[in-house]
Amino acid sequence: MNEIPLTHILFVSTALFFIGMYGLFTRRNLITMLMSIELMLNSVNINFVAFNKYLFPDKLDGLFFSLFIITIAAAEAAVAIAIIINLYRSHQSIDVDDATEMKF
Amino acid sequence: MSNYLYILWIPLLPLATFVVLGLFGRKYFAKTAGIISTASLLTSTILSFVAAKQYFFVDGKVNGIYQKIIALKYTWLQFSPNVSIDMGVIVDPISVMMLIVVTSVSLMVHVFSLGYMKGEERFATYYAFLSLFTFSMLGLILSVNIFQVYMFWELVGVSSFLLIGYYFNKPSAVAASKKAFIVTRFADLGFLIGIMIMGFYGGSLDIGLLIQKFTSAQSPEFLSITSTSFLGASMLTWGLTLIFMGGAGKSAMFPLHIWLPDAMEGPTPVSALIHAATMVVAGVYLVARLFPIFSMDEAALTIVTYVGAFSALLAAIIACTQTDIKRVLAYSTMSQIGYMMFALGISKNGGENGLGFMASMFHLFTHAFFKSLLFLGAGSVIHMVHSNEMKDMGGLRKLMPITHIAFLIACLAIAGIPPFAGFFSKEEILTAAFHENKLIYGVALFTAALTSFYMFRLYFNIFWSKEAPAKAHSAVHNHAHKAGHNDDHKDAHDHGEGTWTMKLPLIILAACAVGVGFIPFSQFITSDGAALETHIDMIFSIAPVSLSIIAILLSASFYKNQNTKSDKAVALFGGFYRAAYKKFYVDELYLFITKKIVFPLIGQPIAWADRNIVDGFILLLASTTAKISAAIKGLQSGKVQNYALYFFGGVIALSVLFIYIWK
Repeated sequence: MNEIPLTHILFVSTALFFIGMYGLFTRRNLITMLMSIELMLNSVNINFVAFNKYLFPDKLDGLFFSLFIITIAAAEAAVAIAIIINLYRSHQSIDVDDATEMKF
Repeated sequence: MSNYLYILWIPLLPLATFVVLGLFGRKYFAKTAGIISTASLLTSTILSFVAAKQYFFVDGKVNGIYQKIIALKYTWLQFSPNVSIDMGVIVDPISVMMLIVVTSVSLMVHVFSLGYMKGEERFATYYAFLSLFTFSMLGLILSVNIFQVYMFWELVGVSSFLLIGYYFNKPSAVAASKKAFIVTRFADLGFLIGIMIMGFYGGSLDIGLLIQKFTSAQSPEFLSITSTSFLGASMLTWGLTLIFMGGAGKSAMFPLHIWLPDAMEGPTPVSALIHAATMVVAGVYLVARLFPIFSMDEAALTIVTYVGAFSALLAAIIACTQTDIKRVLAYSTMSQIGYMMFALGISKNGGENGLGFMASMFHLFTHAFFKSLLFLGAGSVIHMVHSNEMKDMGGLRKLMPITHIAFLIACLAIAGIPPFAGFFSKEEILTAAFHENKLIYGVALFTAALTSFYMFRLYFNIFWSKEAPAKAHSAVHNHAHKAGHNDDHKDAHDHGEGTWTMKLPLIILAACAVGVGFIPFSQFITSDGAALETHIDMIFSIAPVSLSIIAILLSASFYKNQNTKSDKAVALFGGFYRAAYKKFYVDELYLFITKKIVFPLIGQPIAWADRNIVDGFILLLASTTAKISAAIKGLQSGKVQNYALYFFGGVIALSVLFIYIWK
């Protein structure tokens, strides 16, 4: 069977990670930034699954890690959206450039 | 040996009163503070008398010798197996005697203050302070450990400070309280160093243990402390002299006496309690408490003797010239304490030679009663005429008969006229002085005559001199600037001699001033606990008594009626009189030393170093911190994406660190 080599998968996950990072730093909309973070988390998930499959096929540790990350990502999204809603209530905006009061 | 633990309640009751009145007094007990405090102290007084009866008549004596009983000892701070600070209760003849003195005089003052301080705004605070003082003084008396003595010593200093400065809106009272505190504090520095010397060589702070070690000439501690010398005197002499310095400060001995006359700015009952009967004799008590050690060192005792005798003489001379009646009494106190001091100084430990010790304690006992009586009488007079100055008084004998009689009794007592209390104790002191040191005897005799003179000068000026003013009130109304009293409320009520609460203590104390001399004191209190046979030698008494009577007659001829004889006497003494009137310029000397020498030569360089070096270092630290934070504060921009960037930067840096550098 002609398998996809590990490097291809790592390439995808790395690309995904930096796309997420690019989004995080360039977008000013908090929702988009949250989505970028989800992208980065998922690239990590891909890494876990890929390494588990290619290096330790008889174990399930990597899979469990990615399951946990998915759960935590869900919780994190809930918290982040709660923060965003509160921010919107106080600032009438979800643009990060409008919320810079917490400085020196 | 039975239980003396209940003695603990004697100091604890005033402490409880202090806490309650100090915390809640102004709000809840503004009117009843006096009654509460007096009731609590009455209980203490009764307990003291019970203790005295039990100790002196039931079980204090074993084989004819009064034992030292440690009723309680609680180790509070342990430094090493032997050195510890203990809290305890000692029961021995002098502590029990002091219990009686302090509680009874304090009770009289509490009762007197009910009338005297009535209507004061800080009535409850006043009683709280009085209770604090009583507690501290009782604690001082009962101390088993020399450091315990020191702690209570400072507590009485604080209470004295608080009470002198009671009228805190009066600048002179504030200045006086500060002066008293600073001068005694300076003396206490010596005391503390003395304690450290004794503790270092004795290897203990326990008084009993120290006495045991330093009184046997063969013990290693005694040998080491006497063989070490510093600037030509042995360490024992240094230690004892420094401890005596603390005592001299508290007891207003020359040259540390300057605070006592100014301390008269406090309310008069306070002067009666603290600055006449109890706190100022703490120095005498301290020397008496450590007397077995003092008796091992001739040099220290000589210092005690001459400081005492000189203070007695100096104060008596100054007292003859002062016109403020409380100041006269203050100098008289100093003079009498000088008597007690030199009586201790000439004494030896134990047996017949311990007469001076017994005489000193006897004089302390009798003096407490007649001197507090004098002060309370003066308080009555001041209450009446609203002035401290003699010229505002005169002819008061008809207006205040009870005060007049009580004051007369006290004057006779202090002048040493038989059969009043002062006669007996003074006679013992003179006898001891006569046997030990003729020079001291001469000084004492002369001082005794001076004492009679100035006390009767006071008496005649207050109660005779002029015709009685028709209405004492209006006569002196214009210069009614009496010690700190608020004239508005005083003038609001027209009073006669005072309430019964002000007369009763006078009557009781007058009875004491007559009666306490007949107590066979030498049976109870001696340097070694064994009874001492004393007798009043009639032939010997002729000289001091006749001198006193001559002095009284002289005083009567000067001051009983207004005449110019006293002015002539003043002219005769001329410069000497003026010097005495100015208190021999001791205050000025102190001011000169502090302002011209200490401040510019020591204070200012230290202040410069403090401002520039110590402060400079701290300021440098602060300004460096401020600069750095100003430079980097831009990092905290408030932009969440910047923070994320730092975070990723940190992760990358850590990755590089882990992957390439730490491998």
